[in-house]
Amino acid sequence: MLESLLFLIMGFITIACALCVVFQKNPIYSAIFLIQTMVSLAVLYVLLHAQFIAAIQVMVYAGAIMVLFIFVIMLLNLSKADEEGARDNLFFQKPSAIILGFILVVMIGAVTLKTVLQGTKGEYTPEIISQIGNTQLVGKMLFTKYVFPFEIASILLFAAIIGAIVLAKKRFNEDEKV
Amino acid sequence: MIPLTWYLILSGVLFSIGAVGVLIRRNAIVIFMCIELMLNSVNLAFITFARQLNSMDGQIFVFFIMTVAAAEAAVGLAIIIAIYRNKATVNVDDINLMKW
Repeated sequence: MLESLLFLIMGFITIACALCVVFQKNPIYSAIFLIQTMVSLAVLYVLLHAQFIAAIQVMVYAGAIMVLFIFVIMLLNLSKADEEGARDNLFFQKPSAIILGFILVVMIGAVTLKTVLQGTKGEYTPEIISQIGNTQLVGKMLFTKYVFPFEIASILLFAAIIGAIVLAKKRFNEDEKV
Repeated sequence: MIPLTWYLILSGVLFSIGAVGVLIRRNAIVIFMCIELMLNSVNLAFITFARQLNSMDGQIFVFFIMTVAAAEAAVGLAIIIAIYRNKATVNVDDINLMKW
């Protein structure tokens, strides 16, 4: 009962904040609402017995990635002329996008409601997970079954660091000003 | 116990909101945030399926998606900064060099 109530509240907050992300004019407000969306998603992860993922959702997504976003928004110091709606190149874009979005919601909803989830059940029921500990299980899986993707992820992060430094440092067209 | 279908529908709604945001917004950073929203909705679907099937693999996948999202955010924002330096705008209507 309490769980359903929490799901309804958090689902409502998530969807409301996601809508605000899309429809806010100011990018900084969009970023703040996106942080709230991610935090309420973390609550939903806890409801689904994924405590470790909920923790890194708050730390990595709502913490690190969104700080990066807000940092860039403030760094760019967008002028008023850059505001949206100053000129509309495609006036039909907004309504048609919203209609297509509704169609997408209806399609996903219909498929989800029609489909009966099947598949072999694994061994990790919520009782076993809470007995061993969610974080321990994630760690065990990362270093046994998924050790190769784990190493690939470290290479990916390394490449991303180098790419970000190179892209942000280099001034394109320095000698020939376009 | 809530039916897990509700979580999947919430995930679908979030994904659609993100897709609509990508289509209607013109600010490159906001488009980027909408992409993050879509990634998050997929994460929710993964966790739901992991819960449904009593498996940990979905949670590991979410872990890797977060890694990729962090790398993507770093590189993408660096690209946006580079574009801003060149063009002094992040409006995607003005960034159409690769359109034709």
